[in-house]
Amino acid sequence: MSNAAAFSGGYVANRGPSVEGFLLPATDEESIGFFEAARRGELVVQACTACGRLRHPPRPMCPTCRSTEREWRPVAPTGKVWSYVIPHPPLLEPYSSVAPYNVIVVELDENPLIRFVGNLVEDVDAPLDSVDPHGIGIGEPVECVFRTFTRPDGSTESLPFWVRRSG
Amino acid sequence: MSPAGLRDATAIVGIAQTPFAKHLDPPEIELACQVIVDACADAGIDPREIGALCSYTMEATEEVDIVRNIGCGDITFFSQVGYGGGAGCGVVGQAAMAVATGQAEVAVAWRSRKRGSGPRPWTNTSVQLRVPGQWTRPYGLLRPVDEIGLLTRRYMHEYGATRDHLANVAIAVRKHANRNPEAMMYDRPMTRDDYMQSRWISEPLCLFDNCLETDGALACVITSADRAKDLRHPPAYVHAFAQGLPPEHQTMVNYFNDDPLTGPAWACARRLWANADFGPEDVDVAQLYDAFSPLILLSLEGYGFCKRGEAPGFTENGNLEWGTGSLPVNTSGGGMSEAYVHGFNLITEGVKQMRGTSTAQVEGAETCLVTSGEGVPTSALLLRR
Repeated sequence: MSNAAAFSGGYVANRGPSVEGFLLPATDEESIGFFEAARRGELVVQACTACGRLRHPPRPMCPTCRSTEREWRPVAPTGKVWSYVIPHPPLLEPYSSVAPYNVIVVELDENPLIRFVGNLVEDVDAPLDSVDPHGIGIGEPVECVFRTFTRPDGSTESLPFWVRRSG
Repeated sequence: MSPAGLRDATAIVGIAQTPFAKHLDPPEIELACQVIVDACADAGIDPREIGALCSYTMEATEEVDIVRNIGCGDITFFSQVGYGGGAGCGVVGQAAMAVATGQAEVAVAWRSRKRGSGPRPWTNTSVQLRVPGQWTRPYGLLRPVDEIGLLTRRYMHEYGATRDHLANVAIAVRKHANRNPEAMMYDRPMTRDDYMQSRWISEPLCLFDNCLETDGALACVITSADRAKDLRHPPAYVHAFAQGLPPEHQTMVNYFNDDPLTGPAWACARRLWANADFGPEDVDVAQLYDAFSPLILLSLEGYGFCKRGEAPGFTENGNLEWGTGSLPVNTSGGGMSEAYVHGFNLITEGVKQMRGTSTAQVEGAETCLVTSGEGVPTSALLLRR
C-alpha cells in the first residue's frame, strides 16, 4: 500500500446528522490548502502560476508547462452533475445504514474539466440519503456547501457537499 | 509497421490451473507451486530450466519461495507488474521480453489468489489503494463497483447504452461458462429475466455485472519460438504485447482528465496494433477483462473493434457469443462466469483457443486478443497460432 495514509480513518463524533465512522480525508501537504479554504467556506482549485492552468486533484507539477509554482485559486462554487452512482449494501458501516445513497461527480461551471466527487444532499447537514437518488439527472445544476465534521479531539474538517440550485 | 522486436519471437507452450472454487484448502504458495510445476509438465520442460519468474505486484507468493519449493536453478530475470487486474498480460509480456532478449530461455508467469488474503482495501478504512482517496472515499465511493458504476452511468448517458447492452455481455460470457466444466457457473444458466431481476450492487450495475469471487491459481510457460516448435502442444505465439497508461489517468477513479471515457485501453491499443502484422478486423476471438460488464464495452471501443460509442450496438444479436457472433468474447466464461483470478484465466483461455482445445472453440481460430483491466493502467497480448 503506497499511501496507507489516504485516510486518518474512522471516528467522527456524532454531531448533528453525521454518524460515527464516516471517513474523513487524511490531508497531505499537497491538499491541505484546499481543506483550509474549505474551513473558511471557500471552494478553491489548484492553479499553475506559470501558465494559469487549473488542475484537480492537486499535484506538485503542472503537466502542461512543468512548472512547480502553484497556488489556490477561488472558483465559483457552482456546477452540474456529470455522473452519479447509487451504492447498495454490502458496504462499510455507517455508509450501509444510509444506503442506497448517491455519489455524484460535479463539473464546475467555471471550468467543466475540473470535476469533484461528492454527494447531493437536501441541505448542508442532511444525511447522504436525504435526496431520492432516482430523481437525480445528469446536467442538473448544483452548488457547493461546506459541512464541518468534528473529531473526538475537537479538531474539525470541512468537506464540500452539493445541493440543488434553481436555474 | 515497427521493427520485428517481440513479434512471434516467443510462444506460450505450457499452461495449468487449479480447480476454481469459493474456497480451496491449500495455501497460496502450494497452489502456485503446483500450477507452475504442472504448466512445465504440460510444456514438457523441466522446472530446473526456468530462468525468469514474472507476476503481479499484488501477488502474495514470492520468487524466493517459488524457487526453493519447485527446485529451480539460477533465476536471472524476475519482475512484477502493478495496478491489480491491469497487470496480467503485462506479466506474460515481460516474461516474453525476457526470453526474446536472452535474459532467460524459459520464463514462467503465474497468479495464485485466495479471497481471504491480500489487500481488499474497501473492507478496511485504514488501508487504501493508490487512488486519490481523500477526494472520493468520504462520500461513500468505497468499492471498485462504485467507482466503475460512476463511469458506466456517464457512458450510458453519452452513448445511449442501456441495461440490455450490459446484459448482452453478461449473458454471452455465462453461455460460454455453461459449456466449460471447469467454470464456477458451468451448471448455472442465466436468462435475461434473471439478469434484470438480480439485486443492485451499485446502480446502474447489478449483481450479474460483477465478476465472481474465486480461489485459484494459474501459470503459463514461455519459451523461444525455435524451441516451441519441438514441444508437446501447438505453440501460442506472442505476436504483440503492450502496456498502456494514458495522460493524466487516475487509477479506478478516472473522472478528472479531459476525456474519462477513453481510458488505458486506447493507449495500450495504439502500441499493440503498431507492433502487429494485423488489425482488429483480423482477430478471431477475444478475451476481454471483465471485472465488470461495462469494461468489455470500453475495451471493444478502445481496441478498435468498433468506433467510440458503438460498443452497445456491437453487443446486439449475440455478436459476442460463440456460434453466432462476429467476435466471441471470454469463451471460457471469463471473470464474470468462469473464475475471477485477476484475468489470468483469460490468458490461458487464449492459449487454449490457439491450441484448438477450448470448450467454446472458435472454428479455425488463428488469432486471439487478450486484454487486462480497463480503468487501471493496463496491458494486452495478441496471440497467434
